[in-house]
Amino acid sequence: MLKIENLHVAVGDKPILKGLDLEVPAGEVHAIMGPNGAGKSTLAHALGGRPGYDVTDGSVAFAGEDLFDMEPHERAANGLFLGFQYPVEIPGVSMLQFLRESLNAQRRTRGEEDLSGAEFIKLARGQAEALGLPADMLKRPVNVGFSGGEKKRAEMVQMGIMDPKFAVLDETDSGLDIDALKAVGEGINRIMRAQNKGVLLITHYQRLLNYVKPDKVHILVAGRIVKTGGPELALELEEEGYAEVMA
Amino acid sequence: MTALPSPKDEMWRYADRTALAEVWDALSPPEMLQIAAHNEVQQIWQPSGEEIEIRRATITLEKGARLSLYALNSASRYGRIELDVKLHEGADFAFDAANIGGGSATLEIVTTVRHVEPAANSRQSVRTVLGGTATGSYAGQVAVARDAQHTTSEQDIKAMLLDRGATANAKPELEIYADDVACAHGATVGELDPVQLYYAAMRGLPPEEAKALLLEGFVGGLWDALGPDSPISVEAREQLRAMTR
Ligand SMILES: Nc1ncnc2c1ncn2[C@@H]1O[C@H](COP(=O)(O)OP(=O)(O)OP(=O)(O)O)[C@@H](O)[C@H]1O
Ligand SMILES: [Mg+2]
Repeated sequence: MLKIENLHVAVGDKPILKGLDLEVPAGEVHAIMGPNGAGKSTLAHALGGRPGYDVTDGSVAFAGEDLFDMEPHERAANGLFLGFQYPVEIPGVSMLQFLRESLNAQRRTRGEEDLSGAEFIKLARGQAEALGLPADMLKRPVNVGFSGGEKKRAEMVQMGIMDPKFAVLDETDSGLDIDALKAVGEGINRIMRAQNKGVLLITHYQRLLNYVKPDKVHILVAGRIVKTGGPELALELEEEGYAEVMA
Repeated sequence: MTALPSPKDEMWRYADRTALAEVWDALSPPEMLQIAAHNEVQQIWQPSGEEIEIRRATITLEKGARLSLYALNSASRYGRIELDVKLHEGADFAFDAANIGGGSATLEIVTTVRHVEPAANSRQSVRTVLGGTATGSYAGQVAVARDAQHTTSEQDIKAMLLDRGATANAKPELEIYADDVACAHGATVGELDPVQLYYAAMRGLPPEEAKALLLEGFVGGLWDALGPDSPISVEAREQLRAMTR
């Protein structure tokens, strides 16, 4: 479903990803772990098409199409969702307005009809409730004044509303309390566990993986995948650290 | 009618003189607005649709009176809003206005706020969005008389430029003769935040729609009290959409 080959990405003039290979078949959840600065977020943003993240070599096929042929908003409309490590604040624009316009823009790009206001509100409320985010928060400006944990829950509410085919979740588990971790884990399973969907879960900790069992765990160091294993690899890492596991 | 004001006159420094000359002889004198003690008034100034539009008002707020003035200045050629506001004891004046224009429009908001007695508040928030080679200006003078202790005043002026040819001017000025006052002013000029645009794109918004939405947020906060579907907000939204298309 997502096939990354020999990906090289530079930020500014600095090469960060240096020949990264990774494939996530439909129906699977893969985790990526790796030390700070390894290039995990850079991978997420290269997939998103963030300005300033230059793909200097390699290719990414997404659901059979060339991802780099699409503009960022087209990637979203085609079913790619990126959960941000640092969700962005947008003062003056309510979460509801932002999500409604975004969802309808995706639908229009796909040639579908807009959702009505009433249909959208129902969908948004349902997703907020499922993630334990007070529905009133959706009236507030996008992420403004949200706590770290609320921002991450809100990202999952957004994912539930967009109902993507593939999600790249960048440290969605960091900054969460125990209840939120459980809610987010269950949310990922509910929204994304399906035959025709896939997830790339970027994380530093094993604990989210207790809820969302990965099919594979990859270790990213210095811009490359250096090791791939089953769920046990995450446990090993947690116990022994990168140095031991890599040795 | 009198002669055109001199370009050296601070009040008219950023005016479109050609447009001004066309309407000068027919220009009506400033509207007079007097708000009686402890009365509360709200006014909403929407553009008339004329390509040149000048609105002027001389306003007096008596003791404890309150005025909320919401305004959209967006004439396609030359738009000017000019206020001279006098505040008596404990009066409260709030002005939330936007300049929105593209093409070669000249838009300006010129205010004089006089705190002549103690304990009055004035707050001015102006948001300017400019494209093309448009010019948008704010010149605002706050004068606090010697007796006007415990005055609070604020001028919060922000502009956003969409094209390289656009120009924003901001001149908030304070003239304070009392010693126990709290007067703040700030002016910024910026461009749309690329990280916000990227976030919006990642949620599916094409670039033009993302820009329009961010600009709506930038301007829209001004009129939150009126609700998102107030005619002034709707009109501003349409103009912003037209500018980013
Ligand atoms: N705009 C930038 N300019 C220069 N260097 C950058 C920029 N953005 C990222 N980098 C560098 O790229 C490297 C990879 O960063 P990235 O954010 O991808 O790491 P990460 O694996 O996500 O780390 P973490 O676990 O701390 O989130 C780091 O060395 C970082 O300093
Ligand atoms: Mg990161």
